[in-house]
Amino acid sequence: MIEVQNLTKAFGAKLAVNDISFTVQRGQVLGFLGPNGAGKTTTMRMITGFIPPTAGDVVVGGFNIERDPIAAKRLIGYLPENAPSYTDMTVRGFLNFAAELRGFRGAEKTRAVERVVEMCFLGSVLHQSVETLSKGFRHRTCFAQSIIHDPAVLILDEPTDGLDPNQKHEVRTLIRQMGEKKAIIFSTHILEEVEAVCSRAIIIDSGKIVANGTPAELKQKSTLAGAVTVRFANGDPASMKSKLSALSSGERLTILSEAPTAARIYPKNNGARGELAAEIGQLAARENWQIEELHTEEGRLDEVFRTITLPETAPRKS
Amino acid sequence: MTADTIPADTVVNVPDAPGKRSSLGNILTITKREVSGYFASPVAYVFIVIFLLLAGFFTFMVSDFFDRGQASLVMFFAWHPWLYLFLVPAVGMRMWSEERRLGTIELLLTMPVTPWQAIVGKFLASWIVLILALALTFPLVITVNYLGNPDNGIIVAGYVGSVLLSGAYLSIAAMTSAMTRNQVVSFILSVVLCLFLILAGWPPVTDLLVHWANPWFVQAISAFSVMAHFDAIQKGVLDSRDLLYFISVIVFCLFTTSVILRTHRAG
Repeated sequence: MIEVQNLTKAFGAKLAVNDISFTVQRGQVLGFLGPNGAGKTTTMRMITGFIPPTAGDVVVGGFNIERDPIAAKRLIGYLPENAPSYTDMTVRGFLNFAAELRGFRGAEKTRAVERVVEMCFLGSVLHQSVETLSKGFRHRTCFAQSIIHDPAVLILDEPTDGLDPNQKHEVRTLIRQMGEKKAIIFSTHILEEVEAVCSRAIIIDSGKIVANGTPAELKQKSTLAGAVTVRFANGDPASMKSKLSALSSGERLTILSEAPTAARIYPKNNGARGELAAEIGQLAARENWQIEELHTEEGRLDEVFRTITLPETAPRKS
Repeated sequence: MTADTIPADTVVNVPDAPGKRSSLGNILTITKREVSGYFASPVAYVFIVIFLLLAGFFTFMVSDFFDRGQASLVMFFAWHPWLYLFLVPAVGMRMWSEERRLGTIELLLTMPVTPWQAIVGKFLASWIVLILALALTFPLVITVNYLGNPDNGIIVAGYVGSVLLSGAYLSIAAMTSAMTRNQVVSFILSVVLCLFLILAGWPPVTDLLVHWANPWFVQAISAFSVMAHFDAIQKGVLDSRDLLYFISVIVFCLFTTSVILRTHRAG
């Protein structure tokens, strides 16, 4: 649905987006991650045709956004950063306006507006002017505008920014549901969101793609991935330490707390999942240590994110 | 690029099939929204009231409308270039700067509309507000017809000239409002540009120029002025050259608006 090829944007001498390529199919939700100023918004603005690229192509549903902008824009629903809307209009007036520009008339228009009002819980503020709304409602009003024509492609720039936890949850649920039938790109700073919603994630930094994969694949890059955390109720810390560090499939040991002992053991190779945990279990049984907690870490996205986007201050391996 | 083949879902059914929406439909939708925007805020009301008050004040108090003993609206229209000088930029200053300030320009221009449709739609909306204010001066027409026998052809020409003049000023305001997100800057820039268009052909200025410049130069400069063309129409002559002048000012300024908007987006 969305094909981005060698997309580049230069502002003066500065390359805001540097040769980015990716595709998103229908049924995929792509999470767009990156530190502030990495080029997320610029990329989205180029995909939606708001700003022209310096080089490269964007093809949406078979239509090139530069050569055939109207046909491409028909397919796209867009929630810009900060969810702008005409503050002097009522919510209904604003949605009617969006529906008309999307080609709805008469009863069709009423139906389209009613559908998004229900989906975005806007019924209670329908006749209020946007100016008087809280940030959450404003945000949802603009979000409603982006899905009013049930677009095949949805581009959302920080859709959960500034919402309270309940609203965040609602929006995520909505994105996940819609992601089954649409091609969605959304940008965020919140890493849990990526795990909760995305089928794929791209991390960009200084205008370049630095990681691209499913959330699980990205987490595998974490130094933590595959490590086993274990906590015991009894036992002598000193002997535990020596015996745990002598494990054949373990490489390093970190003591998280002494007496009662909690430790994290990093595996020699990432391939053999479960092997390390099994070995620790056998050791504990032999030594009669009581296990309170034992689990294999999956890796943490925030650690991956920091390692990739901040190489010079990446956390030291402890 | 991961997908080498074109995905099967390339062809999509959308509610608005291509071609269904006419560009006129888009323009009217935008115009409607803008006009309702003017009337949702006090801008339109304040403008109309002040326009009517000032027009009345200059016509009756300053120009001695009654003492002249003529059944004509010449003294009413003569003030319009000066009246519009401040009032039209005040109406037009928000046209694009407000869109940029609110960020709604990003919404508008990512909708399936062309920049031209947006520019024309917004321009028409502001023009409608100006024309409405002008139309509300109709009691003057009734009055002169009651008091005497005016040449109504000249009055109609006067109104046409006034509408074209406000359109020309408004297109300048549209252009300056696209340059900045600050409405005050936009207002001042358009007042200065409109003032130039007045002064270039205003007799006190041209008389001064004649002393040190070639006559052809003075003529060339004053050909750019709204004054010569506006005065010609006020005499009741709807010359195609005068109409062409105003239309070209409008088209040129709106074209420049589109260039400014595109340049701004390109970064």
